[in-house]
Amino acid sequence: MSKATKVPALIVFSCLTVLLARGTSPRPEETPVVEITAKRFAFSPDKITLKKDQTVKLRLRSEDVTHGFFLRQLGLDEEIPAGQSVDVTVTPRAAGTFTTICDHFCGANHGNMNMTIVVE
Amino acid sequence: MKPPDRRSFLKIAGSSLGIGVLYTAFPASLKAGESSSFFSALGRANGEKPEPFSFVQLSDAHVGFNGPPDPLGTKAFECAVEMINRLPRRPDLILFTGDLVHDTENRDLQIQRIKQFQEISKGINVPVIKHVPGEHDAGLDGGLLYREFFGESYYSFDHRGVHFVALDNVSRAKPEVGTEQLAWLKKDLSRFPKTSPIVVFTHRPLFDLRPDWEWFTSDGDQVMNVLAEYDNVTVLYGHIHRDDEHQIGPVRHYAAKSLIFAFPDPAGVSGPRKAVPFEKEHPFKNLGIRTVSFNGQAQPSSAPLSIEDIELTAREFRGINGAQQLLRNSEL
Repeated sequence: MSKATKVPALIVFSCLTVLLARGTSPRPEETPVVEITAKRFAFSPDKITLKKDQTVKLRLRSEDVTHGFFLRQLGLDEEIPAGQSVDVTVTPRAAGTFTTICDHFCGANHGNMNMTIVVE
Repeated sequence: MKPPDRRSFLKIAGSSLGIGVLYTAFPASLKAGESSSFFSALGRANGEKPEPFSFVQLSDAHVGFNGPPDPLGTKAFECAVEMINRLPRRPDLILFTGDLVHDTENRDLQIQRIKQFQEISKGINVPVIKHVPGEHDAGLDGGLLYREFFGESYYSFDHRGVHFVALDNVSRAKPEVGTEQLAWLKKDLSRFPKTSPIVVFTHRPLFDLRPDWEWFTSDGDQVMNVLAEYDNVTVLYGHIHRDDEHQIGPVRHYAAKSLIFAFPDPAGVSGPRKAVPFEKEHPFKNLGIRTVSFNGQAQPSSAPLSIEDIELTAREFRGINGAQQLLRNSEL
């Protein structure tokens, strides 16, 4: 095999390897997705319920400025850039009712921007 | 003479005021006749001879704040200024621990509020006033406007043998100090011996006081690790609009009440925070002053401290008539 044909062959092999590897791992769609919108000065919905030990994907979307999404008990400390979405996967390990806050200062009423996450 | 330990050197006796906190720095456990050699030893160690003095901490004036739970605007701040000027012993310093003004995206209005804050501050008959920003001063623009009017948001200075460190845990928009400032802090403190008296003043608590109310600093533990190398550290902060006192390791943390409205004791509230409602009959409830003065004698046989708690409502603005008088003059 000439040097010129070696490189494309390597690329094809690499792509096949990646595709095969993806085929053996769980598809992203299998993880439940919970969508949360952040907009001054509230999250919507303002309360969600998750199941203990069940992995979910939180899709966080900002409709205006940059917001934060902070909940120490679930290890969440995300930045949601202005007008963008961020996905974060979480597996709650303890039941309880937790208050999540915006911890990126977003304006005068920032201190009241929070939502509740219930883990059952 | 043995190097003094932290207990025998500096006692920051403080009190939350409503309008702030008056602290008196003084040698706490000196025996008669020891003070001269004691101070000399500290002077040699720290580069400046420590001397008794007092200072006042003010916090959270939120100049420009409009509406409930406090319809009185800057009245408490103005009363605080009067009260400081009436103190029998003139403080050397004022430390203002953030949220000098309330934020707005209108730059001209923000400048107007800053100028109003400065105008009221000018009335304080104390030679030196130092500031750190709160998130309402610096959270929206990264501290650009704050620095334009007040200078650097973190810095240090020495006064009568005490090293003061101003820390900024708001300008990065999130409750954090950041790696650059941490490196600066380590370098700044590295020139001081372990026994040096250090006062850190900042806006947010450096520890997890109530994270779901944003009463924390995410990298505060790293700051605390730096401070833990020193024996005489006191941290003064604001943000929580109530007085609070915590001992964490060797460091004592004191919060001051605000000059606008109060938050409740978090221990009694399980959900989101809500301000303590305004009471027309007690317009400055939870705003007051506790002064702590040192007699300067350092004689073990006499009480070195005299403490007085003064509530603003107990003076000129007592009761419903006082409230009406205040409301009539309000700009709101």
